[in-house]
Amino acid sequence: MQVNEYKPKIVAFCCNWCSYAGADLAGSNRLAYPAEVKVIRVPCSCRVNPMFILRAFQRGADGVIICGCHPGDCHYTSGNYYTRRRMALLFSMLDYLGIEKERTRVEWVSAAEGAKFAATMNDFVQTVTALGENKRLEDLRCKK
Amino acid sequence: MQKVTREMLIEKASALLAEGKVDRVLGWKNGEFSYDVTPFVFTDVESMKKDFVFGDFAFANFSKYLIKETKKSENKVLVFLKPCDTYSFNQLLTEHRFNREKVYAVGIPCDGMVDVSKIKEIVGDGIISVESGDLIKVETLYDGVKEIAKKDVLAERCVNCKSKKHVAYDELMGEEGEILDSNRFDEVAKLEAMTADERYAFWQNELSRCIRCNACRDVCPACTCEKCVFGNPNSGVENKAASNSFEEKMFHIIRAFHVAGRCTDCGECSRVCPQNIPLHLLNRKFIKDINAFYGDYQAGEEVGSRAPLTNYTKEDLEPSEAVNKEEN
Amino acid sequence: MQRIGVFVCWCGSNIAGTVDVAKVAEALKSEPGVVLSTNYQYMCSQAGQEMIKEAVKEHKLTGLVICSCSPRMHEATFRKTAAAAGINPYMVEIANIREQCSWIHKDMEEGTEKAIVLGRTAIAKVNLNAPLTPGESPVTKRALVIGGGIAGIQTALDIADAGFYVDIVEKKPTIGGKMAQLDKTFPTLDCAACILTPKMVDVAQHERIRIFSYSEVESVKGFVGNFDVTIRKKARYVKEDVCTGCGLCTEKCPQKKVPNEFNLGMDNRRAIYIPFAQAVPKVATIDADYCTMLKTGKCGVCSKVCTAKAIDYTQKDEFIEEKYGAIVAATGFNPISMDKFDEFAYSQSKDVITSLEFERLMNAAGPTAGKLLRPSDGVHPHKIVFVQCVGSRCASCAEKGKEYCSKICCMYTAKHAMLTRDKYPDTDVTVFYIDVRTPGKQFDEFYRRAVEEYGVHYIKGMVGKVSPEGNKLIVQGSDLIANKQLKIEADLVVLAAAIEPDKSARPLATMLTASMDTNDFFTEAHPKLRPVESPTAGIFLSGACQGPKDIPETVSQAGAAAAKVIGLLAKDKLTGNPCVAHSDEMMCNGCSSCEKVCPYGAITYSDKEFRGPNRTTLIRRVASVNEAICQGCGCCTVACPSGAMDLKGFASKQIMAEVDAICK
Repeated sequence: MQVNEYKPKIVAFCCNWCSYAGADLAGSNRLAYPAEVKVIRVPCSCRVNPMFILRAFQRGADGVIICGCHPGDCHYTSGNYYTRRRMALLFSMLDYLGIEKERTRVEWVSAAEGAKFAATMNDFVQTVTALGENKRLEDLRCKK
Repeated sequence: MQKVTREMLIEKASALLAEGKVDRVLGWKNGEFSYDVTPFVFTDVESMKKDFVFGDFAFANFSKYLIKETKKSENKVLVFLKPCDTYSFNQLLTEHRFNREKVYAVGIPCDGMVDVSKIKEIVGDGIISVESGDLIKVETLYDGVKEIAKKDVLAERCVNCKSKKHVAYDELMGEEGEILDSNRFDEVAKLEAMTADERYAFWQNELSRCIRCNACRDVCPACTCEKCVFGNPNSGVENKAASNSFEEKMFHIIRAFHVAGRCTDCGECSRVCPQNIPLHLLNRKFIKDINAFYGDYQAGEEVGSRAPLTNYTKEDLEPSEAVNKEEN
Repeated sequence: MQRIGVFVCWCGSNIAGTVDVAKVAEALKSEPGVVLSTNYQYMCSQAGQEMIKEAVKEHKLTGLVICSCSPRMHEATFRKTAAAAGINPYMVEIANIREQCSWIHKDMEEGTEKAIVLGRTAIAKVNLNAPLTPGESPVTKRALVIGGGIAGIQTALDIADAGFYVDIVEKKPTIGGKMAQLDKTFPTLDCAACILTPKMVDVAQHERIRIFSYSEVESVKGFVGNFDVTIRKKARYVKEDVCTGCGLCTEKCPQKKVPNEFNLGMDNRRAIYIPFAQAVPKVATIDADYCTMLKTGKCGVCSKVCTAKAIDYTQKDEFIEEKYGAIVAATGFNPISMDKFDEFAYSQSKDVITSLEFERLMNAAGPTAGKLLRPSDGVHPHKIVFVQCVGSRCASCAEKGKEYCSKICCMYTAKHAMLTRDKYPDTDVTVFYIDVRTPGKQFDEFYRRAVEEYGVHYIKGMVGKVSPEGNKLIVQGSDLIANKQLKIEADLVVLAAAIEPDKSARPLATMLTASMDTNDFFTEAHPKLRPVESPTAGIFLSGACQGPKDIPETVSQAGAAAAKVIGLLAKDKLTGNPCVAHSDEMMCNGCSSCEKVCPYGAITYSDKEFRGPNRTTLIRRVASVNEAICQGCGCCTVACPSGAMDLKGFASKQIMAEVDAICK
């Protein structure tokens, strides 16, 4: 068993119609990405409240990624446009507070983009692993 | 600029009360100290003559009080609005928070409010009384009366005043001012220019002083929720006092996010913070970003305008572009 | 407290190959609420489902967690199982340990560990699940078809033939659309009018179809099964039910100088007109922009000659309100404007025309009575150059044209070339093309005939410039195969203009809350699997409003849209999705943020009485969600600052519980 190998915790919010299906397609095509990524299914990326993201960091997540349909392709026509604005402002605020901006990401992944899903997750895990543990938005009481 | 005095406001109020146009007056009254002015609802001229004050400490933005006050009676309430207050007034109307028909709004000019902590820096403790004016007369226990130029002790938000123009009123007293070019984003830009580590250190230092007294929330004219999300058991984030640095950050990030695009930058949050946390720098960051990302937007400038977070264009920038902008 | 049963599926070796299912089941036993945790080879099989049903009975389960394949695969299956076992179908959560676990991880230890976390997450959620019941709403058994071209006509006929009432709204005075303007149709070369006009008559005579011609949709409210539509019937100043269509007024009207849009302005009509002989409804319409009587109050000739007394100069726009269960958009297309293509001298020479204009020139009912004559001097052209892809596939010139292929131009150009050569063998025909695209039954054969039997010169290359010189047009182009520049003296140049959605489609899409692509074509719910439905429930797509299409394709799609409408109208009640937004009135501020972001207009406000302090009554504005309209995206929940708005099935607390379980 390897000792001291740091494995980040990654929460991926995926919209039901595009990105979750894209994640399924990555699976069907046996495209590997790290097991550190755990997906939470939401109806639309616009269901993702900034509070969920902060909550994840509080509970010890090291990276949070939100995946939705490509702009213009939202199953609900406009949800991801709101996601884009909300997250642009939130991420900019987190950066302003000195929280590493690489820990948060929004990526548009369609149901046909299994390969993009896997590649995105590989890249994100690599980026977060390089950053190391989330210290700036953690709640020590929530850590083991 | 023609000065509007306490007496003129009382005269206006008594005329409106006498006409029966209004039956209450939302005004300012002295608190424990003369620099500690507090909002008060007057119902007759006598009590106004006794307690009503107006001067360099009439900070309180009455807009938020209208939500509850307008529900109390079928009659109109008179409210005095400084230019910056009128933006909050409009924003609340946009959000259907009170009935415009039940308010008689009198716009009054403002040449800035005074920050008592700046006076204290000059005269030290033991202030007995402060007299408003271009030259402020401060009487202290130890030093007698001292005169200070008002411009030297203006509140931060007034130094960076964004507008002397009223965007809402039924009647205007004094002369109308103009929208100003302020340097209100300079502080934000300064922070943005720092490294992430420096910013983290700065905010860690500021926010860790938060005692979660909720004064910022209670005074904020955008924070008008029937029940705050932090008091909503279904929200999953319910908590009272923040017990560690995460919860302080969580509260302030979410509060700023919830008022983003709705905050008029009135500066009340920072004024009332007993810990002197520069909370307005969080709100201004959002305002600055909104202006940069989606075009200039001033909350409250127009009733019915669509806030940036309830709007979009197909060409909006990506979140990744938003955070990588400052680097160039 | 829930009593949760956990069922870990092997999926043969699909899951069990990289996940130790027994270990997962064992580990999940100690999670809160779990009273049973077990594993089985194929949970979705009959035996697997029976096992679940037995377990529900035996252990009095209130919630189920199935660790299996993606919920997109079998969530519906297990919900049915739950219902059959007597528990609410929405008390089921799926942990996706196949697509998102066993199939992507090679290492057994890693896969098992992740599967446990995913199971734990689903358990955390199910602990907070509440039984949900889908709402029901009635279905108005009447359909609205917007657009009366061949797409709208076919859709309406198919729906009406199935026994449902249909209204067609057409903005022009007659139905028929673009097809009515065509001369012949490819690849059979039968005359467009001969196959279209019988269908128009069928529509007019159908007892279950109403035509609102010269009308537009003014507003659309409501939702699938229950749309409230206001139709503006524009004043045509002629009583539709009185006019006999004799046409006398259109002969006597003194205002003769009105460009005839049916012939694309190549000849004139009167101010009172019937667009063409087979128009449906065959009634006259007064063009208010040109009518002297309406403009100056002096004239009244048409009224005098009308024996039926059908003219009514005081007519006003009329508004009709009707309820519909389904709406079909069939708004069609138009050729793009040639304004920005000055290199082809369209605005400089009358002898540079578009293909649709050429169609009218060839048509017996057209401005030249079917004789191919040059618009400038009425002389028969001996040399014609056709230019394809004018504004189509224009990736580099998006501000001028369209990036997409207009799809129909290759075929109609071949048709035009062939018809010209057939009728006028003395006329030389050259076609410039980028590619000839002829996928379709009998299409390539058709094109080959144009080249091989009719001697049409096809030149691969684009035309760079057309310049009028005397009564000739100098066409400069390149022949990419011979690799040389060409200069052709032509008598007539025909431009295959790109096609674009009708301008009325965009505002209509807004009314329908139906989405559009960047080119203003309606978006389908799924490009492959749901091509005739809009993502907005109850809105269907027919014809070229969804993308460029030829007639056979349009008619098949029109029929498909009709089939979908019939499927909807055949139901008496619609069952909704119970995972919808819900607002807690006690916490709602009535600020309208949620309403602004709702893509469906599902949120409305009302003033309600609440108890205030000291036995007072307070009136507050609060939001409520129409569950039949809400599609459950959850956008409102984030717009709501107080958290009054939440989403059933994906509640904030549930999602946070999932976050917590993952991060534990």
